[in-house]
Amino acid sequence: MAYLELRDLHRAFGSVVALKGIDVALEQGEFLSLLGPSGCGKTTALRLVAGFDRPDAGSILVDDKDVTRMSPNKRDMGMVFQAYSLFPNMTAAQNVEFGLKIRRHKRQARHSRVPELLELVGLGDAGNRYPHQLSGGMQQRVALARALAIEPRVLLLDEPLSALDAKVRVQLREEIRRIQLELGITTLYVTHDQEEALSISDHVAVMYGGRIEQMGTPVEMYNTPATPFVAEFIGTMNRLEATVVDGGDGEVDHKGTRLRVEAARGLPRGERVLVLIRPESLELEPAESGPGPEGGLVGEVLTHTFLGSTTRVKVIGAGVDLIADVPTSRIASVPVGMSVIARVPAEGVRLLSLAEQPASAEPVPAGP
Amino acid sequence: MRRKRIAPAAVIWLLVGAAYFFIPLIATLLFSLRKTSTGHCCSLAAYGYIVHDPQFWSTLRLSFQLALETIAISLVLFVPTVYWVHLRLPRLRPVLAFLALIPFVVPPIVLVVGLLDFYKGSPQWYYGSPYGFLATAYVILAFPYMFFSLDAGFRAIDVHTLTEASQSLGASWWTTMFRVILPNIRVAALGGAFLTLAIVMGEFTMASLAAFHTFPTFIQYVNETKAYPAAAVSLMSFGITWLAMLALLMVGRGRPGRVQIAGGH
Amino acid sequence: MKTGRRRLPLAWLGAVPFFLYALLFLFIPAASIIAGAFKDAKGHRTLSNIHQVFQSQYIDAFRTSIEISVVTALLGGAVGLAIAYAALREGTPRWIRSGMTTFSGVAANFGGIPLAFAFIATLGSVGIATQFIDNVFGVNIYNSPVNFAIWSKTGVEITYLYFQMPLMILVIAPAIDGLRREWREAASNLGASSWQYWRHVGLPILMPSILGAMILLFGNSFAAYATAYGLTSGAIPLVPIVIGNFYTGDVLSNPHLAQALAFGMFVVLGAMMLLYVPLQRRASRWSR
Repeated sequence: MAYLELRDLHRAFGSVVALKGIDVALEQGEFLSLLGPSGCGKTTALRLVAGFDRPDAGSILVDDKDVTRMSPNKRDMGMVFQAYSLFPNMTAAQNVEFGLKIRRHKRQARHSRVPELLELVGLGDAGNRYPHQLSGGMQQRVALARALAIEPRVLLLDEPLSALDAKVRVQLREEIRRIQLELGITTLYVTHDQEEALSISDHVAVMYGGRIEQMGTPVEMYNTPATPFVAEFIGTMNRLEATVVDGGDGEVDHKGTRLRVEAARGLPRGERVLVLIRPESLELEPAESGPGPEGGLVGEVLTHTFLGSTTRVKVIGAGVDLIADVPTSRIASVPVGMSVIARVPAEGVRLLSLAEQPASAEPVPAGP
Repeated sequence: MRRKRIAPAAVIWLLVGAAYFFIPLIATLLFSLRKTSTGHCCSLAAYGYIVHDPQFWSTLRLSFQLALETIAISLVLFVPTVYWVHLRLPRLRPVLAFLALIPFVVPPIVLVVGLLDFYKGSPQWYYGSPYGFLATAYVILAFPYMFFSLDAGFRAIDVHTLTEASQSLGASWWTTMFRVILPNIRVAALGGAFLTLAIVMGEFTMASLAAFHTFPTFIQYVNETKAYPAAAVSLMSFGITWLAMLALLMVGRGRPGRVQIAGGH
Repeated sequence: MKTGRRRLPLAWLGAVPFFLYALLFLFIPAASIIAGAFKDAKGHRTLSNIHQVFQSQYIDAFRTSIEISVVTALLGGAVGLAIAYAALREGTPRWIRSGMTTFSGVAANFGGIPLAFAFIATLGSVGIATQFIDNVFGVNIYNSPVNFAIWSKTGVEITYLYFQMPLMILVIAPAIDGLRREWREAASNLGASSWQYWRHVGLPILMPSILGAMILLFGNSFAAYATAYGLTSGAIPLVPIVIGNFYTGDVLSNPHLAQALAFGMFVVLGAMMLLYVPLQRRASRWSR
């Protein structure tokens, strides 16, 4: 049974519709990320769950109880904000203690629990410092400890790492996940950073324009994006718009070039599709050697971008704009300026249907 | 964009504030419209009385001219100083900011006592003339407001870059000051000027003790002699302050500045 | 920009006109007050003026001045705070906020004689409000048991509030703005009610600014002359009024006494300044 449920939530601000009916269900102990660009509605959804806003329609249930109309201070959820949420007039320890104080825990209990929590987030000796004496990363750790102190039923995080340096972000996100697993808290996490979401979540829900485009495990989201937006948003993708020519053979036409795509088998002729190929799956060969240009896209190597163990190669040509990730050790085989053929690999290609109606106006060239 | 509704407690306090603000003004208005014969509404005789009193015009003119003089001296004295401090003597800036708090410890009542005593033996063209004694005192009163206005204005522009750019193009100090710097702090200077105007037009303490006949002293004279005209002239004085503040707001529109506070009590 | 020691003196010349002016028209006159306070009619050093200040009529003036200043600072501060918060909190339309700022700016400047008369027109013996209360409630506030008078201490306090409240609003508004929404939400999220938020977070954060503002209000009231004069024609025992009487009345006495009283004002206001500066520093430390 789902522990945290969002049912058909709608929210509009004047003429701007922020949420167009979203449904989310989390099991107890699950870590779900709401991922999307700014304005997609993810923060709105989180704030509805926290109680800082009321939905226009829909409901929120925790452990089968409807909390939609409950005020935020009664929901028993812990929230970590993006920044600036620590009370400046209190030390780190006093901040962490705050929720316990409100709940009238005994002084002794508070004073033993607070150091435990600070220890948990790696700030054992910073308890007496004030927020303005702590770095951004440390402040967020305190914010996390403070939210966890009240042993909430649900943990909510609103882009907690966006305001931090890149290195701190990576370090901290792993700690958040570690702590979450250790304590087994149901967690809803909002971010616009797809790498962050994919690396630490049990499930990811990609949002766009107030709706959930796709929800699934990180692997599913990466390998099998269900919509063009998801494909674009998660990882880097080569996108080729094409029209099915021969469903039996799996042949498609991309701007005049015929390509064979396994996944196109069985599709009606004329159907418009989007062929998605990951950069690491795209194969490059020098244009002179091997079979002719048929079945591949011809272009010229424009740039190399060194990324460490791989190098990103940009290939430009007539109707061709591709990215291929090549192991750096083999980069010499495709120098800048060389003419290459990019071949659609047999595996690792995803196909998405673009439109219902076939593009019947396009003339089909006569066969050889 | 949160469409929350206004809290009921907020409404109450805002109404309290609005009432306290408007009731005395309405009362003054009603008072000013009373007929001397009946003690009730409605007549413009009180306003007529004031407008036909030559002293009204002479004191109003004096105060206005004093204001202009004060503004002129203040600008000539403070603009180059604040400019220079921003450009060459940044360490002096906190000193100036601290000095701007001095009037808190030396309010008008105290300042006028000191000035009257210290300059007792000075020539009559200074000591006996409002354009001498009073104007120089008013410049001191205006200083904190002028300073904060100008300081904010100079902080908003990059003084170093502008000056160096101007000089590298061959401009003299004069040209730089008049063609480059002044136009860019125009808004701040105007803001300070309007505040000074409000202060001088409302300053009673020093003028009264130094026995000069400015507009506020005229108002007090009417206050002590005729009730309904006193209401009329008080309202007019309020109108002048209001206009000065409105001008200040117009001038400061679009700038994320603080509203400056003056006080002539 | 240290390009050699010869540069330095020249740059400092630029500040001379201003400091010269301040010296001539601010510092030296102020110093002459301090010096004069300790001189007698013949110009000899004496403490007799100071001694006289501690006499009942003058000490009464200090007492009354301080009392009025404390009352208007606390009351004006509290009400100003409530109004400012009402206008700035969530849910209040934006136009109210700018309206409040505008009116506060005007009201803070509307003081002195015109203000005094406005309150005479309102609460004077034949004032509009006085008559209204008489007509509607049948109570003449100028008679017993109320025994109110606009020229009394209470009348002065009520009038002073007219510029004290707006001053508070203008000074405290930036501090209220500085209260981040995240703090309120975090407190709520951790289980705190509205009252608990204010008690543990909101008020403690605002306190240095509130205290600093109240000190400003105290000084503002203590130094006020024109309004009190307009209300009472110089009849109320306030320190500035007493000083003024040396110049406007026919009090033929020791001018050095006036200076001693002014010196007394220095002491009180100087003490306030000493309290104000560290409070300001505290307040700015937390507005990160």
